Amino acid sequence: MNAIVVSALLGVLMMFSGLFFRKSKQIQALALVAFTGLLASTLYDKFLVSGSEQSFFGMIHLDSYSAWFNVLITACGLMYVLLFHKNIAEVGKNDAEYFALLFFILCGAYLLSSFSNLLIMFLGIEILSIPQYILAGSDKENIKSNEASLKYFLMGAFSTGILLMGITLLYGASGSFDIMSDKFTLQFVSLESMSSLSFSGIMLLIVAFGFKVSAAPMHFWTPDVYDGTPTAFTPFMATIVKVSVFLAFIKLFHFSFGNINETWQMTIAVMIILTLLIGNITAVYQQSVKRMMAYSSIAQAGFMLFAIYAFNTTSWKGLLLYSVVYTLASFGVFAAIIKMKDQTYEGFNGLAKRQPVLAATTAICLLSLAGIPLTGGFFAKYFLLSATVEQGHMIGIVIFAVLMAAISAYYYFKVIMSMYFKDGDAELIATPSSFENVLYIINAAILILLGLLPGLLLL
Amino acid sequence: MLILLLILIPLLGGLLTFMTPSSKASYTAIISSIGTLIVAGSIYFLYTQQRNAEMFAFDAQWIENIGARFTIGISHGLALLMVMLTALAFPLIYIFIHHQKRENKSVFYGLMSLAQMGLMGVFIAKDALLFYGFWEIALIPVYFLSSMYGGSRRIAVTFKFFVYTFVGSLLMLVSLLYIYQHTNIHSFAWNSFVEAGRNLPLGSQIWLFCLMFVAFAIKMPIFPFHTWQPDAYEQSATPVTIVLSALMVKMGLFAVLIWLIPVLTLGADYWMNTIMILSVIGIVYASCLAMVQTNIKRLIAYSSIAHVGLMCAAIFSQHELGIQGAIVQMFNHGINIMGLWFIVSILEDRLNTQDLNQMGGIAKVAPTFTIALVLISLANIALPLTNGFVGEFMMFNGVFNAASPYRVSLTVVAGLGVIFAAVYTLSMIRKVAFGNVNTNTENFKDLSNNELFILVLIMLLILVLGFYPSLITNLIAGN
Repeated sequence: MNAIVVSALLGVLMMFSGLFFRKSKQIQALALVAFTGLLASTLYDKFLVSGSEQSFFGMIHLDSYSAWFNVLITACGLMYVLLFHKNIAEVGKNDAEYFALLFFILCGAYLLSSFSNLLIMFLGIEILSIPQYILAGSDKENIKSNEASLKYFLMGAFSTGILLMGITLLYGASGSFDIMSDKFTLQFVSLESMSSLSFSGIMLLIVAFGFKVSAAPMHFWTPDVYDGTPTAFTPFMATIVKVSVFLAFIKLFHFSFGNINETWQMTIAVMIILTLLIGNITAVYQQSVKRMMAYSSIAQAGFMLFAIYAFNTTSWKGLLLYSVVYTLASFGVFAAIIKMKDQTYEGFNGLAKRQPVLAATTAICLLSLAGIPLTGGFFAKYFLLSATVEQGHMIGIVIFAVLMAAISAYYYFKVIMSMYFKDGDAELIATPSSFENVLYIINAAILILLGLLPGLLLL
Repeated sequence: MLILLLILIPLLGGLLTFMTPSSKASYTAIISSIGTLIVAGSIYFLYTQQRNAEMFAFDAQWIENIGARFTIGISHGLALLMVMLTALAFPLIYIFIHHQKRENKSVFYGLMSLAQMGLMGVFIAKDALLFYGFWEIALIPVYFLSSMYGGSRRIAVTFKFFVYTFVGSLLMLVSLLYIYQHTNIHSFAWNSFVEAGRNLPLGSQIWLFCLMFVAFAIKMPIFPFHTWQPDAYEQSATPVTIVLSALMVKMGLFAVLIWLIPVLTLGADYWMNTIMILSVIGIVYASCLAMVQTNIKRLIAYSSIAHVGLMCAAIFSQHELGIQGAIVQMFNHGINIMGLWFIVSILEDRLNTQDLNQMGGIAKVAPTFTIALVLISLANIALPLTNGFVGEFMMFNGVFNAASPYRVSLTVVAGLGVIFAAVYTLSMIRKVAFGNVNTNTENFKDLSNNELFILVLIMLLILVLGFYPSLITNLIAGN
């Protein structure tokens, strides 16, 4: 609860800090302090506020799971700022604003993790999205960045319309925005109680959410946007933003539409198959590692959709673990991409000899993305697959998913092969400082720790 | 608690080796591998004395939410044999290659130690998730080793190997998950898996069995999943090839015996004939290919497919003697093929070729080497009084008594494999050791001291186990 307010205030503070601080270093330092403060406020929400909390006229309901989720994405956000703060400041002249927008995005994420009213959910998604349109176009001189921003904005506007339409239909069917209210829940108790109006509403919501999490066939914006966006912002957009939307997705569908899961599970299953297929197959053919990561983020979204598909508690645990592990692993890979002069696979040739630490941590992150045991990625995939098997029917989709995971190993290992087994002199824009090396190691160590003891996260 | 050292020593030794400078790296690795061997030896001793069972079992909470426990232990002779083989192989490899030149020795030895840890884990894990974890962990260091050291095509070849095995293990994971969901108390323990498997209907067992068997068949490898193997053996550096062929192959057989047949009994019965037929096809097919090879590494690779095929057929004969024979052979094949690779490594080192046609006449210049070559090769064809014989005899006995309508024809066709083995192995000896000395081989140096030491050890093992097979058969009798 406090985190929502604090993040908004810190965003405003960051915005004005540009007036007071002339040096970029000072702004970066302020951003780091502010992120730490934000982390403290989420921790306060989680551990010092007792039980689940309702406020803002019952529009917000923060339960223990959501509070923990907030803590984790904020911690990941702190890791992001630590790793990339220099690169963020280098994107353009308005560094204070960039950091401010990050806080606003997080504010949207907190709303999404704790809404109990469809309007708040809508607000959350909008607060989350609009700063991204700006960040995508922040490299104003670059035509690709402009394209990314415009594309994202147009497609995002469409999906917002669809989302609103879905909410409207649900409101029309139930007469309430409040997903906790009797009016709303009674509508979705069983298949008989449900009107066709609310069925259409649910389908529209799936489309809108699918767009935000870049699930096929609503994924077409993703590669261009992630590729065109300045590399400093792509990791944030591909991870923290995406997993926040996933949390809203699972909350709405499991809490409110859980009893009627037969109606939407098949749609999700088709989306999973398409997303995994398109994401993985297309990623194989990419020349640029950054673009490969864009497609891989589609493929990873396909895996995360299993959390929505499987209607049980294991999928909640899995989503939590997957979010954190996927986020940190992507950060690790992007930390290497952003240092490279040439972002194709060839550009990575021989990185292991020049930067052993960066290469090793990137390799661990890639192994984690591929889901190799001993890294967190394995347990992330494990929990989601386990949840789907627990669901009982449709084992075929699980087998399909693991085959796709094997394909994903192909393109992740291509980077490892470039770094370790091919000769070349990988040219870097800047050599990592020893502080950065320590951060890379911490990041990779967390992934390995979660690969050994995933229980640590599942409070 | 003692058993925990089997994993900890290679792990810590490996990590330590990464940090030691290249010139000293081999010593750290040798010390840690000998430490492991001592631990394995004491476990062997205690096991045969039938006492202190708690010394070789360890159990701790791992992931509470899903009921996965860190349970390791040695409760049957098979696990003990495999642990002994693993513990024995690594010091031998290290001492043998001690003088060889290599880039980045600390990385090489570090990865080797980690591979040893993974292998040990596979053989002693008693929790399905832990088993799966070690199964994959063993693969990763080997992937890096094969990609970094070896022939010119190594990167592509190793990647093929990796993708094959990765697909297999992911399919196995699905199967494990399914069985896990059907355990009573949601546990990964071996016992609950066996219980859950017993209650599964035949329909699900059939496809679960397929998913798991593919993983193990790729690892072994069984025809038609073997295509990665000759390339990988040929292109990897010899120490890595030894790990692949002497130890990792056994992971597949071990998993079939421990995690597949006891758990999915009905499925195993259902697929028994198909698998025996595939295995026997594999024996003949691989033997025929071995006969026409001119590359010595490929020859041995195909010979290994043939041997493993026979072991797999014997295991699926479901006949007690056959299974025992397969277990005996798992150990002995490990010893023999390790010896063969050492021989190959010496040849390759001195002649800079793997081509059999460029060798010849080595018997005249290097008699000691030739004795080792002949004896180890004879063990490979399972001549009586070598260690290969007992296992092979028991396996044929098992296949012949299998509850299969095709048992006689299967035995006869598999028997062809033995004859073929004699053909290709003897012709290999002829091409290497006899004939005229050529420019390539005239300066062939005989064995150096540490090579001699290792090969004598292996020859001793071959003969001792050939004369007293009861050393092994006693271990496995009754379970």
